[in-house]
Amino acid sequence: MATEQGYALPPGFSLRETRADGSQEYFLNMGPQHPSTHGVLKLVVRLDGETVIEVVPHLGFIHRAIEKMGENETFVQYIHLTDRMDYLSSHINNLCVCLAIEKAMGIGVPERGEYIRVMVSELQRIQSHLLWWGAFGMDLGAVSAFLYGFKEREKITALFEELCGARLTMNFFRPGGSNADVPENFLARVKEILEELKFSLDEFEVLLTKNPIIRERTLGVGALSRERAINYGCSGPVGRASGIDFDVRKHDPYSVYDRFQFDVPLGKNGDCYDRYMVRMQEMRESIRILAQAMAGFPEGQYRSKEKASYKVPAGSYYANVETARGLYATYMVSDNSFKPYRIKSRSPNFSNLSAINEMSRGGKIADLVAILSTLDLIIPDIDR
Amino acid sequence: MTDTATATVPPAPEAKPALPGVQVDPANGKPSLRRFLGDAANLFKGMGVTFRYIRKPSRVVTREYPENRDTLKFPERFRGQVIMPHDENGDHTCTACTLCEKACPNGSISILTTKNIASKRVLGAFVYRLSSCTLCNLCIEACPFDAIHMGPGFEMATYSRDPLDLILNKKEGR
Repeated sequence: MATEQGYALPPGFSLRETRADGSQEYFLNMGPQHPSTHGVLKLVVRLDGETVIEVVPHLGFIHRAIEKMGENETFVQYIHLTDRMDYLSSHINNLCVCLAIEKAMGIGVPERGEYIRVMVSELQRIQSHLLWWGAFGMDLGAVSAFLYGFKEREKITALFEELCGARLTMNFFRPGGSNADVPENFLARVKEILEELKFSLDEFEVLLTKNPIIRERTLGVGALSRERAINYGCSGPVGRASGIDFDVRKHDPYSVYDRFQFDVPLGKNGDCYDRYMVRMQEMRESIRILAQAMAGFPEGQYRSKEKASYKVPAGSYYANVETARGLYATYMVSDNSFKPYRIKSRSPNFSNLSAINEMSRGGKIADLVAILSTLDLIIPDIDR
Repeated sequence: MTDTATATVPPAPEAKPALPGVQVDPANGKPSLRRFLGDAANLFKGMGVTFRYIRKPSRVVTREYPENRDTLKFPERFRGQVIMPHDENGDHTCTACTLCEKACPNGSISILTTKNIASKRVLGAFVYRLSSCTLCNLCIEACPFDAIHMGPGFEMATYSRDPLDLILNKKEGR
């Protein structure tokens, strides 16, 4: 089909007829190299002037067939591939695979190992939200926010570097605990980081939360109702901002999360501002959990006795965790061998992205950037 | 959601009602001078954070990376690339048991064995392909003789693939 200007549209694409005043709808490709798509995500946007009519995400630019690769690797080897899905929640992804293997083989985790898991997971959640906060500021035009966010995040990343030797692809948790004990000064370092973080979070509130420009660009933008959020399968901060009271840590506790007191922050309108506020409050809740975990950090072993081989009995096993972006689940089928017969990951980002058309319809392109930013997408987690 | 833009044209969305902006009093929806001044004050408070950092440069954490290369410190557990430590005689402790080869998820390690003068199976070459290594640490964990470690260093860019195929042992045998 050719338009009046002579440009041919690809098959499957069509536009409404040109209006009497000569104005016309048009398509715009946003990405895969757009800075605010946070990776290789391509959005085909149908526009009328500056108003968004439809957004269609195109995926697959960074598909690596991680689930298929998992079928050719042993259960323990598969853990390190999950680092490369949601790379800002890599510890928590690793934990999910470990939980599934532990469920299958009946491996217990010592008290200290559980506390290490909870503390590291919460630190990971904080550092993910800090990076999101910086990127969110930058997407909306405040470049200095990016530096403030990264300054705080760097402290936690440096701690992870001492803990497991890596800053992003951790591969730290193993069935039965973790592959190493925490360094000697771990608790002191965490305490120090949290003290500074509390101060910084107050600074963040002054910098962005109360900033009238940020409020103007996020209040009422990209609203998603509770019902629609449930239908799309949104989870994590995106779902909670729409009012879905669901947090795996609270409602299906894994590890030792049931021992800690914390609240699940909820939003009302499901707009960008609510998603922002939910994440800001989640950081403070994580600090609360960490303070409790530090107070009760036990002595003892960090890992139960290592098995000679991890041969998982036949059957299917499921485990779910709450990553920084929502419900992450691993479903593995074993045929009584060292390698999984089939392994499936449920990633939160894919479901959260599917709501983008509904959120951005009727808004402007600038709102689309704000929506993308508050969805906090990790593209390798969508494509896998 | 369709996988391409829909063939059927979606209906034009209804115009959203104008939302109460920030400079508008939420109670009656009219512009409010008090709110405007409050917003202006908040903008300056945000700027105040920046000025606090200008006044106290000791809180600035910037590090000049390429210049501070010599003084970079790596943590003990830092996972750079696999190295095989040799003692002062040039000997290593690898027995060519191939446990690391089996533990490697990507096939980055190949152990080539040979026979020594007593016709005992010894290490010929420890081939390590850095280009396919994901630095997951599983080979180090698998090694019962502590023969391989993760070394420091992260600048691994090369002009061709050849320098990334490494032979870690300096001599054959044990």
